[in-house]
Formats: sequence, C-alpha cells, structure tokens
Amino acid sequence: MIAVRALAKKIGQQEILRGVDLEVRTGETLAIIGRSGGGKSVLLKHLVGLMEPDAGEIWIEGQNIIGMNERQLGTIRKKVGILFQGGALFDSMTVEENIAFPLHEAGERDPNVLRAKVTEMLDVMEMEGEQAKMPVSLSGGMKKRVGLARSIIRRPSCVLYDEPTSGLDPVVADSINRLIRRLQQRFGITSIVVTHDMKSAFDVADRIAYLHEGRIYFHGTSVDLQQSSDPLIQDFLLGRSDGQRGHRVES
Amino acid sequence: MTVRFFNVLGAPLLAFFQYLGEVVLLAADTFRSIFTHKLRWKLFLNQIVEIGLLSQLVVVITGAFTGAVFSAQTFFQFNKLGMGSAVGAVVSVALCRELAPVLTSLMVAGRVGAAMSAEIGTMKVTEQIDALRALAVYPVDYLVVPRTLAMMVSMPLLVAECIAVGIAAGYLVAIFMLDINGTYYMANMVRWTRNRDIIMGLSKAFCFGILIVFISCHKGLTAHEGAVGVGRATTEAVVNASLAVLICNFFLTMLFNIIYPAGYQ
Repeated sequence: MIAVRALAKKIGQQEILRGVDLEVRTGETLAIIGRSGGGKSVLLKHLVGLMEPDAGEIWIEGQNIIGMNERQLGTIRKKVGILFQGGALFDSMTVEENIAFPLHEAGERDPNVLRAKVTEMLDVMEMEGEQAKMPVSLSGGMKKRVGLARSIIRRPSCVLYDEPTSGLDPVVADSINRLIRRLQQRFGITSIVVTHDMKSAFDVADRIAYLHEGRIYFHGTSVDLQQSSDPLIQDFLLGRSDGQRGHRVES
Repeated sequence: MTVRFFNVLGAPLLAFFQYLGEVVLLAADTFRSIFTHKLRWKLFLNQIVEIGLLSQLVVVITGAFTGAVFSAQTFFQFNKLGMGSAVGAVVSVALCRELAPVLTSLMVAGRVGAAMSAEIGTMKVTEQIDALRALAVYPVDYLVVPRTLAMMVSMPLLVAECIAVGIAAGYLVAIFMLDINGTYYMANMVRWTRNRDIIMGLSKAFCFGILIVFISCHKGLTAHEGAVGVGRATTEAVVNASLAVLICNFFLTMLFNIIYPAGYQ
C-alpha cells in the first residue's frame, strides 16, 4: 500500500534522511523505531506530503505523491490520516467540532448525522460525554484520543501515528496501544507507528523498522528484532548508551 | 570595493525580494481560490465581526479626535486670514482623501493585523496548520480567503464611518468651541467635498485592507520557533503593514489624483 524509495531530506546542513527504503503492506501495523531526533517524525510527515523530500519516491496506493501540489495531495490525504504528537487539535473548537471537522469539510451538514458519528467515535475512544470540552481542558492522553478520532472519522485506509504514547503514563499509554490494535482489527486500517517506546512497538506492531542515521538499519518482526545480536540494536532495546557498552566490554 | 558593496547589500535585498515574492504568491493563490472554490460563509461572517464590528470603538475614537483636532488646527491658521468658515471644507476633504483611510488602516493594522498573524502563527507552531493540510483542507482556502473577503468588505465601511464621525466631531468643535458660523461651515463643506473625494478614500481603504491582510496572514503562515517566533511574526506584521500603508498611500494619492483630481472643477 505504501512504498518509500531512496527518500532523502536535508534540513539546513543536517542530513536527516539518507535514502530510506520501506514498504508497508495493506492492513498491517509497522512500527518505526529509532533514537530521538533520528528523523522518524520527518519520515512520517513526508508520507502525507507535509514535507517535500530532496530525492526519492513515495508511492501510496499506486500513486507517486512526490511533485504533487497541495490540492492534488488532498485526494491522498483523504486516504491517509495522521495523529500528531501533541494531537494538534484546533484550540478554538470543542471536542465535538474537532472530531466532526473532516466530515463538515467533506460537505456533511446534517447536525444529527454529525452528532451521531462523533458519539460513535468517542465511544470507540472510551471518551463518552466529553463533546463540549475545549482542547485546553483535556489531558495529554485525551488530546491524542480526540486527535485520533478526528483522523479516523472519515475512515482512511491508513493511519500514521507520531509518538502516540510519548508523555503519557504507562496505563494511559497502554490504553492507546490497545486502541491502535482495536482500530486495526475493527476497521482493517493500515498503521505506521513512529515511536521510541519499545513496549508500545512490541504491543502494536506486526513488523518493526529501525531507523538509524537516516537509513532503515533493521526491518523485521518483533521476534527477529529481539533475537538480533547486532550490538546497535541490543543497545537500543536495552536502553544502553555507547559509553555504557564500552564500559561493560572493558570490565 | 564594488564587490564588497554588493555582497553587503545582496543578502538583505534578496531577502526583501523573496519576501515580496512570497506575499504576491499568497495574494495570487488567495484570489485564485476566491474565484474557484466555495466560500466558507460562517468563517467569513466571523471575520466580518472580528474586523468590522469589533473595530468600531477604535475607529470612532480615531475619527472623532482626528476631526476635532484638525478642525481646531485649521481654524487657528485660517482665522488669521479671515477664512474661518472654510474649515469645514478643509476638514472634510482631508478626512476623505487622506486622514480617514490612512489612520483607520494604521489602527486596523495594529488591532486586526496583529490578531491575524498571532492566531495563524500560533496555529502554525502548534501543528494546527499541518493538521488542516493533513485533513485535506488547504490553509489558504480556510484561513486567508475569509479574512481577505471580510477585510475587503469591512475596510471601506470602517473608513466611511471614520469620515462621518470625523466630520461630525469637527463640526461640533467648530460650532461650539470656535464660534464658526454653522451655515457657512456646512455650505463650504458641501460645496468643496465631491463624490470623487469619498470614492478616493474608500478605494484607498480597499487597497490598504488587502495589503494588511496579506502581510499579516503571510507572517502568520511563515512563523516558526515557538512563542518567540509568533511574537516576532506579530510585531513584523504590524510594522510591515503600517509601513506598506504609508508608502502605498503616496503612490495611490498620485494615481488617484489623476483619476479624481482634487479641487473644485
């Protein structure tokens, strides 16, 4: 469904992506892991055309989106939803207005239909009765749920999650992971989850890709990842810095 | 020496032309959208309230005190020549052709331009603009078009209000404080103020409104680096819009004076 070929991006003098190759199959959940500042979010933003690469191709359902203008990208963006790290809710709108926004923009004006769809989405998100709240009065986890409800209300075939569990306590993070799984099972949504939270990656992913120094360093199942003897991957999984590894080898 | 001179001048000049180019492209994109896409009426009416209705107090006070002080100053000078009753004509023509459009635009640039760039800038740095784009909504259609159309409608009306209030305030000061004969004041004012003076003022208002909205929206859409960036964008929007109004006013005056010549003809 999604294929990335030799994607490269430089921001200022820094090479963020140096030729990323990646494939995501329909209906699967792929987790992209990697160190903070490693270009995971940049890669994700390229997938919906929010950033323009210096080189490479991105194919979504058979269409190369590179070179498309904003209006042409609109068609692609209706198929691919994205959950931003902080939710990116419209702060002048209530929860209900935020969730109903994509439908409203698509031309749905019947308030009963909009209300029913928002209620259904809030049920899925386990946030019943929160319609009237403003984003400023929501917790981090709630913002992410509302952001997620907004991105899937139009039933996209793929959802991209940018650090869905960052900044959340373990219980709320677990509920978000379960939600991602549930959405995949219930709606058959293809998911790409960018995270550096290994528990989240293992919980939700069918396959995991490790982005390191602007390239996909590892690509496989979570079992393959855990069984890998590559020191770089072991360091990442165990949360060891380079200095620690050196120290252990010496001792 | 010459190379060094161009090196020093080059970067700011290029940046300036790039900035101008970006604003022009935003304007072109907005006008294309106005003619090819459906207007979001609710957003447009919200902006009419924001720009037109909520600017009433500022515009009324600006107009009233400008008319009043201009009436007094003109009287102090003209009275020495025995031309006290011509004050009404001078106040009225000056308000129509220069004072009301320029001062109203400066007030609107400060009040509305700042709000526009701050609001859009905050949306930019909190990824709300990216969220709009990701939801297949083009930010120009959603944010810039309603503001542009609302500004096109509101600015001429605000300037017309400023002219009316200024003339009324000038009349009250002239009659009750400066002891000018009201009948002569009114007769001279009506005789020397032509439709073309009013059309010139309202046309300027329309142009200044467009300048303010594009400069402010562009600053908001290109804001970055968090709260500091939004603050900087807001300040630059107000300063640039005010300067643009003052500079363009000169050229518009010269242009409109060809179309609508001043004086009794």
